[in-house]
This record gives sequence, structure tokens and C-alpha cells, in this order.
Amino acid sequence: MTRAMWTHLVKDLRIELRSLDAFVSMLFFSLLVVVLFSIAFDPHGEFSRDIAGGVLSVATMFASVSALNQAWAREIRHNVIDAQRMAPSPGAELFLAKVIANFLFVTVVQVILAPFFLIFYNLHIAGQAWLLAIVLPLGTWALVGNGIFFAALSIRTRNRELLLSLILFPIFIPALLAMVRATTSILTGDGDPSLWIKLLLGYDIIFTTVSLLLFDVVFHAE
Amino acid sequence: MKKAAIGLYVLITIALMIWGFYQAIYVAPNDAMQGEVSRIFYYHVPTAMLCFLFFAISLVGSIGYLAYRRGNPLRAQAADALALAGAEIGVIYCTVVLITGPIWGRRAWGIWWTWDWRLTTTLVLWLIYVSYLLLRRFAAGPQVQTLAAVLGIFGALDVPIVYMSNRWFRTQHPAPVFGGDSDSGLKDPLMLHAFGWNVLAWFAWGILVLCFRYYVERRQQKIAANEAQEALEA
Repeated sequence: MTRAMWTHLVKDLRIELRSLDAFVSMLFFSLLVVVLFSIAFDPHGEFSRDIAGGVLSVATMFASVSALNQAWAREIRHNVIDAQRMAPSPGAELFLAKVIANFLFVTVVQVILAPFFLIFYNLHIAGQAWLLAIVLPLGTWALVGNGIFFAALSIRTRNRELLLSLILFPIFIPALLAMVRATTSILTGDGDPSLWIKLLLGYDIIFTTVSLLLFDVVFHAE
Repeated sequence: MKKAAIGLYVLITIALMIWGFYQAIYVAPNDAMQGEVSRIFYYHVPTAMLCFLFFAISLVGSIGYLAYRRGNPLRAQAADALALAGAEIGVIYCTVVLITGPIWGRRAWGIWWTWDWRLTTTLVLWLIYVSYLLLRRFAAGPQVQTLAAVLGIFGALDVPIVYMSNRWFRTQHPAPVFGGDSDSGLKDPLMLHAFGWNVLAWFAWGILVLCFRYYVERRQQKIAANEAQEALEA
């Protein structure tokens, strides 16, 4: 980790620690989604285990969009983004620092949400629970990595907050499917999640690499 | 001379499409298992194959734009027009695939739609390129071309996932007709003819529309450039 990246990362974490804006809104929003889903689908018994993986993934996805929109909008306020553009360090470092910071926010939200989730859906995990510690970070990385990239892409367009969802969700669908299938197969104990974990891993590697390579192009687009 | 060549190409395309229609509807024999409804195959599969071709053209345009945008702005503009035209024609072909598929599925499977991997990923592909067109509409100013080119590359990364998914996962979609296993391939030469003519006809038609769209986009770029120039001089 280079010094420039560390500086960006510490800056983002410090702002978040002092304001807790993204964190509180994400946590409350995902809690709302979990509650709304349980009212809409009335989960009980086997059925709750079948849908739990999907609800958790979709709740994370919707909630993180609010943080992703904030990630760059915050930099626009005092023209910080122009200063970042002029900085001599490569844009990929800034990108990676933002991804790591937001990845940490979303992961903390997931960890706090997990007990409520287990209570609301009466879950007991039938498969290997420790695999969740691989699946959820991989899925979150796919979401946040692409999300930060597309947020930078849509920041200078009209109705950017809507556009982020419109371009992020279609590209994220394969990863969402892999995340949901892997989580469901861990919760129910049916089937082998390893194929889906491999797909998630491949997705992460491909899209993170391309994002790192193309970030400067998007960031400096005139 | 140029106009005559374009006119000739248009005529050949129309003749090919009529010939392809005749082959598919009147000449090719009925499928032993499925009957008449299998004829939709002659439209479904060629458009599915060709929509990948047009998305590939769009990808070439996107990469070309990013490669030339600093060194050779004129060529970059041409590449951008190609990327836009390819994406638009690809979306149209993909729409035809998504419409003909359920019509066939209703007869063959008894359901319009199933969330199997191949159908889902084709739909996802369609969504990605529609979002590409939406980005081009929402973004304003000169950076739209760069942003669209980047999104075009991201969208194209999804295409191999779509293609391979049919072999990676067990699906309800029929196994690939060509290059699946030793039993695959169209056995009847009449079926193969009808299929080949339709691929050629839809290819010619797609290229024709692509060229028109490309030409219109180039004209619009020139108008925009002239307007910018006039604004500078005023």
C-alpha cells in the first residue's frame, strides 16, 4: 500500500468516523429492507431459509447505493475532486482507497445486521457457516468495486444518482446471482457452493483489474 | 457510382431476406418433434448469433475511441459513431431474440419464460446495452464519448459469460445446435440451407442499418462540431 493510497483511505475513514453519515443511513436502510421483505413474504420454516440469502444480498445492494452515491458527491463540494485530479499519484490508488473504505463500511453494516437477520428469519445454518465469511466479502467487493467505479463515471451526468443504479445493477447481476446461490446453499445445506464462489472470485478479479486499468480514463474524462 | 452501389446493396439485401423467408417457411422440412413452431429457429438463432457480432463491433468502436482519442481525434470520432451504431443494432437484434424465444418456448416448453441461466444472461446483456444507451442520453458534453466507451468495454466483458454459461451450467435451454456434442448439428441439408440463408440475409440487413446509423451519427457529430466552432467565433 503506497502512501498516497493510505492518505486517501485514512481521510475517508476519518470523515466517516466523525460523521457516520453513510454508516447510519446504510444500516437503517438495510434493516428496513429486511423488515419489508419479511412483511411482504411472511417467512417461516424452510421457506425463510430459502429466501434469506437473497434478502440479505439485495438489502446490502440497495443500502450500499446510498453510500456509493455519497462517495464522490462528497468530493465535489469544495472542488476536492479537481485537486485529486491534479495530484501526481495515479488515479488507481485513489480508486482502490475508496473501494477499501466503502468495503469496510458495508462489511461492518453486514456484521451488525447479521444477528437481527438470524432472529427475524429464525435461521439456523445447515451448511458450513464459515464459508459465509468468504462469500459475503467476495460479493461485497464485487458490489463496492463496480459501484465506486460507476459512481465516478456517472458523477458528471444529469440525474446521476438514478444513473448509478441503472448502470451498476445490470453489470452486478451475475455476481448477485452467484452471491445469492452460494449463500442459499450454505444456509440450506443443499448443493455445493464452491462453483458459485469460484464465479464470484473470477468476477472480482476480472472487474477489479479492468476498473484499475480504466479508472484514470474515467476520472480525467473531459 | 456510390449511390448505385448502395442501391444495389439494398436490393441484394431485400432479395436475400425474401429468399431466406421462402427457405425458412416453405422449403425447410418440419421438425420431427416440434412441428411448425420450430421454424422460428431460423430467426431466433441467426439474430442471436448476429447480436453478438454487433456488440463486438461496438466493443471495437469503444476500444478504438479510447485508443485514438488523444492522437487522432478524427478517427476517434468515427470509432465512437461505430460503437454507438453497433450497440443500437445489437440491442435491436437482442430484442428480436428475446421476443422470438418466448414465442417458441410457449409451444415447446409450455411456458413463456423461465429463469434459466442462458435466458437470464441474454436478458442481462440486453439490460447492460440499454443502460449503455441510457448513459449516452443522460451524460452531456464531450466526456460522454469517453464514459460510454468505458461502459461499452464493461458491457462486452459480460458477453463471454453469457456465451459460456450454456456449457457451464445445466439449463433448460436446448443444447447448442452446432458444436455441442457428436449428435448435434442440423442433419437435414434443407434445414441447413434455410438456416444459412437466413444468417446471411440478417447479416446483410444488420450491416445495412448499421451503415445508415453510422452515417447519421457522423453527420450529427459534424453539426455539433460546426455549432461549437460558430459559438467560439461569435
